[in-house]
Amino acid sequence: MILQCRGLVRSYGPTQALRGVAMAVDEGEILAVTGPSGCGKSTLLHCLAGITRPDAGEVIYRDQRVDLLSEAGRARLRRTEFGVLFQFGQLVAELTAAENVALPLLLAGTGRREARTAALSWLDRLGVADLAEKRPGEVSGGQQQRVALGRALVTEPRVLYADEPTGALDTLAGEQVLGHMVRLAREQRTTVVLVTHDARVAAYADRELALRDGVADPTGLGLNASAGRHAGSAR
Amino acid sequence: MSTSHVLLGLLASGPRHGYDLKRAHDERLPRARPLAFGQVYTTLGRLERDGLVRAAAQERAGGPDRTAYEITQPGRAELVAWLGAVEPPAPYVTSTLLAKVVVALMVADRAHAREYLIAQRAAHTARLRELTARKTDPGAALGAVIAADFAIAHLDADLRWLQTTLDRVGATNGEQ
Repeated sequence: MILQCRGLVRSYGPTQALRGVAMAVDEGEILAVTGPSGCGKSTLLHCLAGITRPDAGEVIYRDQRVDLLSEAGRARLRRTEFGVLFQFGQLVAELTAAENVALPLLLAGTGRREARTAALSWLDRLGVADLAEKRPGEVSGGQQQRVALGRALVTEPRVLYADEPTGALDTLAGEQVLGHMVRLAREQRTTVVLVTHDARVAAYADRELALRDGVADPTGLGLNASAGRHAGSAR
Repeated sequence: MSTSHVLLGLLASGPRHGYDLKRAHDERLPRARPLAFGQVYTTLGRLERDGLVRAAAQERAGGPDRTAYEITQPGRAELVAWLGAVEPPAPYVTSTLLAKVVVALMVADRAHAREYLIAQRAAHTARLRELTARKTDPGAALGAVIAADFAIAHLDADLRWLQTTLDRVGATNGEQ
């Protein structure tokens, strides 16, 4: 088990987004977190990834209490151990695809040349090597998302968090992004937490955790039973 | 085919005539094509042959033969077994799912209907995952990918309906 949480509570003003969520993910597992909008799935992802802090409860990555880390500590974790892929808008418009992918490595202190070589190799693995010198505005939404995936994976994170990564794409472009994401995650043995409202997207995962009104959906628990090898770990 | 089970479900609350059954069927399960009288009587004949229903009473007050049928114990057992069995997730399964949920709400309680819906949703989700794996296999031929797309689109529609139905069944008390 690489990542887990217990009793997570998080409110925004009077609204309780999470009301005591517990979950666990195995190393290399691809977990889909599903549910209607407003069910708390994005808030859960933000708490797990150390982007926001829960009001109560524990987030444990390996042996570390993520919820107890300082802002600097969580930032370090996000830079070195985690990768994040959002729906859109993460690429720097002024930089080329190769520069965008190289950025996390440069921020982590890797040499310019080495970072560029790594970036080009990731673009190649994502089938967009020919776009290396293009800026985000010059390529399609699906291609942008593949570049963003390269940027999320270039540091070889142990956990990739993806929040509706194909929400803004048409079916085929979305399929390509998901196909690459799942294939590369399996190759690198990267754990993936995939937030989606779409059953067709969730079907790329090994297992599904359904949320409803900030808690695990009791009617969704049946979904976990179909996962075979991972069945017990949602508890 | 689910017509025989729907008729068993309609008979669960008491004996009915063929005409009555047809009307109740069309009312409960409004479809493009209403149930034909011929089909009602052939289905009843088959159910009677299998011992799942039996003739209860006959009225012959000047009019045509009006036989009322009633469900037997084996008939009730068959109905319960059908209601509990998850349908194999495949395209075009929707009308059977609909029939089953409507009959479940008619003869069983909401808790049973929910149990069934949850089990069916799990089966659909597992099948969706299988089809997705098949489709994303780098060796998959175009025809296989398109066939998987077709099944996925239909199962996804079923899943959305199952979820909405779960919400409805959970949200209200008492039938309809």
